[in-house]
Amino acid sequence: MKKTIIKGQVIPINESNIDTDIIIPKQYLKSIKKTGFGPYLFDSWRYEEPGELDSKVSRTPKSKFILNKKPYSNGKILLVGDNFGCGSSREHAVWAIKDYGIDAVISPSFADIFFRNSIKNQLLPIKLEKQNIINLFSECLSSNQYELTIDIEKQTITSPNNEIIKFDIDANDKDRIMFGYDDIELTLKNKDKILSYENNMKKNKPWLFKRDNEK
Amino acid sequence: MKQTLYDKIWDEHQVLVNNDQSSLLYIDKHLIHEVTSPQAFDGLSMQKRDVWNTETIVAVSDHNVPTTNRNLGITDKISKLQVETLINNCKKHNINYFDLNDINQGIVHVIGPELGITQPGMTLVCGDSHTSTHGAIAALAFGIGTSDVEHVLATQCINLKKEKNYKICINNILNDHVTSKDLILYIIKTIGTSGGTGYTFEFMGDCIDNLSIEARMTICNMSIEAGAKSGLIAFDDTTLNYLLKRKNCPSKIYIDNAIKYWETLHSDEGAVFENEIVIDADKVTPQVTWGTSPEMALSINEKIPNPENFKTIDKQQSYQRALDYMGLQPNQDIKSIMLDKIFIGSCTNSRIEDLRMAAQIVSGKEIAKNIKQAIVVPGSGHVKAQAESEGIDQIFIQSGFEWRDPGCSMCLGMNEDQLEPYERCASTSNRNFEGRQGDKGRTHLASPAMVALAAIKGHFDDITEHM
Ligand code: SF4
Repeated sequence: MKKTIIKGQVIPINESNIDTDIIIPKQYLKSIKKTGFGPYLFDSWRYEEPGELDSKVSRTPKSKFILNKKPYSNGKILLVGDNFGCGSSREHAVWAIKDYGIDAVISPSFADIFFRNSIKNQLLPIKLEKQNIINLFSECLSSNQYELTIDIEKQTITSPNNEIIKFDIDANDKDRIMFGYDDIELTLKNKDKILSYENNMKKNKPWLFKRDNEK
Repeated sequence: MKQTLYDKIWDEHQVLVNNDQSSLLYIDKHLIHEVTSPQAFDGLSMQKRDVWNTETIVAVSDHNVPTTNRNLGITDKISKLQVETLINNCKKHNINYFDLNDINQGIVHVIGPELGITQPGMTLVCGDSHTSTHGAIAALAFGIGTSDVEHVLATQCINLKKEKNYKICINNILNDHVTSKDLILYIIKTIGTSGGTGYTFEFMGDCIDNLSIEARMTICNMSIEAGAKSGLIAFDDTTLNYLLKRKNCPSKIYIDNAIKYWETLHSDEGAVFENEIVIDADKVTPQVTWGTSPEMALSINEKIPNPENFKTIDKQQSYQRALDYMGLQPNQDIKSIMLDKIFIGSCTNSRIEDLRMAAQIVSGKEIAKNIKQAIVVPGSGHVKAQAESEGIDQIFIQSGFEWRDPGCSMCLGMNEDQLEPYERCASTSNRNFEGRQGDKGRTHLASPAMVALAAIKGHFDDITEHM
């Protein structure tokens, strides 16, 4: 199914270098599933006590943290500072954001691996100029209720007072966000080319094709 | 065309160029571990797909494993399930797996080079950001997410856009007791945690030429902390001598051809780098991080910064936040901070040279009274055995350290090796993020020599004045 519009409340977190350890702490990486991480998003900022995977023990939400306040708790769009998603390559960070119900992250810059993981999971990462980000943060401050409408196809963000910001996105990344391709299937269409490359390398660099410990 | 080392390895592995100018890149070696692979294997079986070539894969459990009482197995049920899932996936697909009691077991980025699984000119991936470590052997190595792990399992390839080249030239040599860990912390502080985003680093210069492979690995390991997915170092005699001693070094019939190829693995004179920085190794002093980002590092003789001295509000706020989290005051002397725990380990600094360096400092001395726990976690079974054969384990134990079994341990605290809330740790690992070593735990990163000295003193001190 084609997805073109993301519309909803913005969750502004004005911090740079938010790392994936903060987005989802290590104890939840013990899971062998891709789902169910939403309740642990920003875990140590969100709860007083540390949690545990699949634990039923109830915890005290930190009342000051934005995800514990309405209307932010129902937010769809995360607005953050520079270098979002740095650190560990854990895709669990993206799974947690998606599972929470967030469909887009707006930042001046993203860490490379996080950006890639986002595209693979149909989480839209939008890079904007610093000034646009500063404006968005100050508009968010002016009113709690602050909804944006993102048109992925047209590459626009529309604010409540109908101002429009254009954003750039690579054409293929955009398709992936809208349609959610099966990348493996696409790659396997080139199976012959991969095989012929491989055969060639078996001749040129045969040592690479011996199993370790068996050379 | 004059090419950089990155250009060369890239071109060599390009299967085809896609219409969006990304390339389909062939992957020679795929390392997997228990934490980021289960969902990938799950994806394969859901789609009824096979692994392309099981022989290119090496698997090990490292992140989530106990470092004591291995004979009892894994007691934490959830951790156990994760490790067993990996074991079952490896059995099912006939993948080479190193069991917890295998001498080859260890942190994935320690065992790859150590066993000669990592070789020059390879493309190597792993579902782990510190895969950059392997760049020290002139391999193009980078971390990937779980979707990409699945993609590589199924296709032996990855679709990737080429990054830009960033030359980090380090002239002169490091002063005595200043290590490659200090150097990389200094570089991260200089260019910032996102300074390398979108680039592949190549480290070069006199300083690098004179470093061992182990010291080079520490540098490449932390490239990711400056935002670069990969850090490369050219092949040279040091690399060759290192490789010739490895179990999986190409055998006699191939070695001459392999060396011929390896010898091409350096940037051509006059190759274009889109970015460049020159560092004077002579100016690098022992470094310690004070905050919650690896760029928040200081020379041991500096004082904790005052957020008010920064120009932008952003920076003031983030520095204040870091100070609050770390429980520190502006202008405090870094040497005055008392420590609770000591961790010597991680894929950054758990190789034999690191342990020798630390052991030399603690030898004949005892850890300070205020240190509640000091642990040494060797990077692999081989490192552990080597250290024991040199008596290094005994030196540590006599000084009051615990001598553990190999794994990631307190680097990320997925097992029971963790900081308690507000405990302060001197650590040889790579990340001082909030909660990294345990909820509300406080991490200070430094070299093995500096951390060893801190264990004896109970606080950080200048190693160059103590030796
Ligand atoms: S030692 Fe630490 S950084 Fe290295 S792979 Fe393990 S958890 Fe990651």
